[in-house]
Amino acid sequence: MKWPAIGYIRARSLDDLWEAQRTHGAAAQVLAGGQTLLATLAFRLSEPGVLVDITRIPELRGVSLAGGALRIGALTRHAELARDPLVARHAPLFAAAAPHIAHPAIRNRGTIGGSLAYADPAAELPACAVALDATLHLLSARGERRVKAEGFFTGLLSTLLEPGEIIAAVEVAPASPAQRTAILEVARRSGDYAMAGIAAALELDATGRVAAPRLAFFGVGDRPVLANRANVALAGRVLDAQAIAAAAEALGDDLDPPADLHGPPEMKRHLARVLLRRALTQFLPAKEMAA
Amino acid sequence: MIPITLTVNGERVTRHVEPRRHLIDFLRLDLGLTGSHAGCEHGVCGACTVRVDGEIVRGCLVLAASLDGAEVTTIEGLSDSGEVADLQAEFVARNAAQCGFCTPGMVMTAADILRHHPQASRAEIREHLSGNYCRCTGYQAIVDAVEATLAQRRQEAGR
Repeated sequence: MKWPAIGYIRARSLDDLWEAQRTHGAAAQVLAGGQTLLATLAFRLSEPGVLVDITRIPELRGVSLAGGALRIGALTRHAELARDPLVARHAPLFAAAAPHIAHPAIRNRGTIGGSLAYADPAAELPACAVALDATLHLLSARGERRVKAEGFFTGLLSTLLEPGEIIAAVEVAPASPAQRTAILEVARRSGDYAMAGIAAALELDATGRVAAPRLAFFGVGDRPVLANRANVALAGRVLDAQAIAAAAEALGDDLDPPADLHGPPEMKRHLARVLLRRALTQFLPAKEMAA
Repeated sequence: MIPITLTVNGERVTRHVEPRRHLIDFLRLDLGLTGSHAGCEHGVCGACTVRVDGEIVRGCLVLAASLDGAEVTTIEGLSDSGEVADLQAEFVARNAAQCGFCTPGMVMTAADILRHHPQASRAEIREHLSGNYCRCTGYQAIVDAVEATLAQRRQEAGR
């Protein structure tokens, strides 16, 4: 249905945003790409008093490499993630994730900051941020703080963001030559939210040994799930069929998926195991693949 | 009411809009450009696909008030420019429009394929169009039309 009556403020600077928040308090709702928020207005799932459009605030834009870290501005759109050369080189997992998100017309508007702040447990980018051990820059009128993506997601559609606080940027360590990443998901139709998905990051040394494994799953819990036991099962091992089997076995204790409209918990566990095997198999040296 | 000045199909337009006005109602009700269709109005069906600043968007998920300074192209502008005359001829030749409701959005998205993915395979065409629903389920003819246009353009470029 049509959107409810709302106010609109176009913020051109962070100061504009803070002032709008001071004036309107809890009625002020930040608007970025709007690809989720505006749909919820149509459903009357949210009825903000005033939308504060932050898309023209320069500090929230752009992708840059500085101080040994890749900084992705919160307003970076999914389509930009897919084609940005710095993202492709230093955080290829984000670039690989983008085509899985909805459809081209949505990807031209939706932003990484919006996806992380909304914290849908079946969304790709929160899981990628966890897999890459990203640091989120949170900004409010009170100042800036930095939190790890892993602790940022606190439950269904819930995060550490406090009232008046926004995500300003996502920061990750640039991918090393040893890094391997993959994102895979199962969805009923192209562009749908995943029934289950994996965002995987690890390092493989010259002997094929795994370091710093971070397998994160989406669509299988109330938030992105870092598979700690599967990660422990992989760490320090040579990646081969036995190591993959051990990780798949350990994964059973990492996940406690709720039943949802797609099926029971056991189906989600099964899908997660299949995706884990497929993702890790991609990282095997060519001779292992052939064997 | 929020004042906005933007370009629609090459024409400069200044209006005052309510914040709750989405881009499609702005085009249809305020400007009389009824080629863009309001279907589901929550971002699922793709009937409202238009270009903003050169890239396709869901018109129902964009506030008109946010578009000050933007450049909007609708199916009317795209048709008048001749950019997709060949694609439209293929749609007609194959009867790739049944009830026609999804057609403007389909053509806008198909134009995006022609522009950005000239080498697209049939599978890639289907993927790119997957966010545009045709409830007559006339997808085969639509995909055929895009595929034929791409092939024709590649052949002409090769000459």
